[in-house]
Amino acid sequence: MSNKDAYWNKTKNHMIVTLVLWAFFSLVIFMFGSELNTMSFLGYPLAYYMTAQGSLLAFVIILFWTANKQEKIDEEHGFSEREDD
Amino acid sequence: MFKGDFIKNLPKIYGTYTGGFIVFIILMAIAEQAGVSAKNIGVMFVAFTVLIYALIGYLSRTIQVDAYYVAGRQVPTVFNGMATAADWMSGASFVALAGGVYFGGYTYMAFLVGWTGGYVLVATLMAPYLRKFGCYTVPDFIGTRYGGNLVRACAVFVLFIASFTYVTAQINATGTIASRALGIPFEAGVWVGLISILICSMLGGMRAVTWTQVAQYIVLIIAYLIPVFWISSNVGGGIFPHLMLGDEVARLGELEKQFGLVKNSAADMKAAGVPGGLKYISGTHSGVPEGGMAVWKYLSLAICMMVGTASLPHILMRYFTTPTVRAARKSVAWSLFFIFLLYSSAPMLATLSKLALMDPTLPTGIIGKSISEVQSIEWVQRWSEVKQVFIADFNGDGILQLNEWFMRGDVVVLATPEVAGLPFVISGLVFAGGMAAAMSTADGLVLAISNALSHDIYYKIIDPKADTAKRLLVARVLLVIIGAAGAYIASFRLTSILGSVAWAFDFAMSGLFFPLVLGVWWKRATRAGAIAGIIAGIGSGTLYLLWVFPKFSVPIFGGVNTPFLGIDHLRFGLIGAPICLVVMVVVSLMTKEPSPAIQKLVDDTRIPTGKAILGKQH
Repeated sequence: MSNKDAYWNKTKNHMIVTLVLWAFFSLVIFMFGSELNTMSFLGYPLAYYMTAQGSLLAFVIILFWTANKQEKIDEEHGFSEREDD
Repeated sequence: MFKGDFIKNLPKIYGTYTGGFIVFIILMAIAEQAGVSAKNIGVMFVAFTVLIYALIGYLSRTIQVDAYYVAGRQVPTVFNGMATAADWMSGASFVALAGGVYFGGYTYMAFLVGWTGGYVLVATLMAPYLRKFGCYTVPDFIGTRYGGNLVRACAVFVLFIASFTYVTAQINATGTIASRALGIPFEAGVWVGLISILICSMLGGMRAVTWTQVAQYIVLIIAYLIPVFWISSNVGGGIFPHLMLGDEVARLGELEKQFGLVKNSAADMKAAGVPGGLKYISGTHSGVPEGGMAVWKYLSLAICMMVGTASLPHILMRYFTTPTVRAARKSVAWSLFFIFLLYSSAPMLATLSKLALMDPTLPTGIIGKSISEVQSIEWVQRWSEVKQVFIADFNGDGILQLNEWFMRGDVVVLATPEVAGLPFVISGLVFAGGMAAAMSTADGLVLAISNALSHDIYYKIIDPKADTAKRLLVARVLLVIIGAAGAYIASFRLTSILGSVAWAFDFAMSGLFFPLVLGVWWKRATRAGAIAGIIAGIGSGTLYLLWVFPKFSVPIFGGVNTPFLGIDHLRFGLIGAPICLVVMVVVSLMTKEPSPAIQKLVDDTRIPTGKAILGKQH
């Protein structure tokens, strides 16, 4: 397998992991909204908290994490751009 | 000043700008104390900020094609994040989001998840690859990847429908705010708004829009956050509302039980003469509605907004302006961070505002008090005069019940500072913020449309030999025409007919999402597949919209149709996008696989290093 193919495979797997996390915070937890709302976080009902703030924050964290991880994959395979590109 | 080391000086320049804006706010506060009228403070806020944007627009003028279309691809990560956030958050986000949460509670907040979660799709599936491709516009990618003028024209068509639906609403918002702040008629406000928008974008294209959007983001976020924190400490919500409103949310639940959530009948409301567009609270604030259909309604709305976000050209094109592919990825993360600052504050503002009005133990509470007493409150009188709030004593007991208080959603953002006893200078600031939000989005949209028409239709299809001067002239003329057309339609106040901003997301997802994603992620996707997919997606989505939306279905189909599986007019992308996917895959598999040259092009797109597919000048 060429370096390019190996790189693309890793990138694809990384994309799938990211989208699984995304689907968890955007869809899966809201399938159980009324169950989650019986629990509380910071004094807020949990499902309310997640839709008002929690999932939004999770997306921000996922995005920084996924960009850093992808940069590492770039480096590993020698596809990292120079700073002054 | 805007040459050479301008990019290195950006933090200093915008730092000075932010400091200057804060000094201006303080000066206005002093002016208020010195007896300058509320109206004049509002005028000064809007005039001062718009003049600054116009100045930035003028200083960023350019005669270079790549500066005009992609800001010379040198916008640093964090600044592109701010510009995207301003591009994204519209006048509607600024003035209507908190109101939506106020009336809709948990159910409405599917929009919050949808309008933020979409950025994960942008970052993983689209932005870095489109940046590597080196295109000027979204149809430029589609036209080059699939090859041919027809597919390019199809993409321009979808872009035009989606962005134009959106832009009239933005120009409408600009006009509303300009007319309120400057005290001029709405029709004149629309044209004032349009001129402000064009000054920011005409001379410098994407470069000018980028630097004004950064400036507009700074104004709009200051204007949103200061009132939220201040109101919170004024009504006893604590200094940091995002973490400290747990008790207040619980208290709202108790008050809802105490007052009761009553649904008014349409006949009662008509008899009482409730003005159109005003709403009352009939659902719970933090409660989750029971049942599978309620869950599906929430999820389906979130899906449409997320997938739509990842297909909207005016957002995607912001990531063409970063220096590298890596910067494009990071820039998406920063964009969402800056958006998060406002979106996470909107539910807090809604909670505070609701509590201020509902809690009878607070001095600001009005529910449960006698109607004559409420009607003598100054802000109630002022907002009643302009038909933004309304009281209907349905049960005739002279006491204001929860279902007897009607209000327009915008009032939550525009009047809560006043209700909570903040000085007028804050209301002036909120006007400036709303104007910044509406202008920045309108700028991005008008530019997205005119760039696609000038680059993809004029230069790529009609006259490929046109020189730089001619291309830029055409781009600017189209910008003025598109803006004027948007303003002309907005001045008729047809927005209620044009429908919801959500439609733009559904149009974009129906026609563009899968052609973009498969263009990068599936080498086998062919030109015929893309053309068939776009036409089938946008066609079926539009037909479904006509069928399901009563204002269209009654004249066309002669009646009101029940939405299929709960897919109403806000969610028609759920019909268009899957049809687009299926048709595109089937037709692609039936036609010959793309040429080795195209397959090589896709391979190159997937790797961050190496030359862009499309050159610096194309």
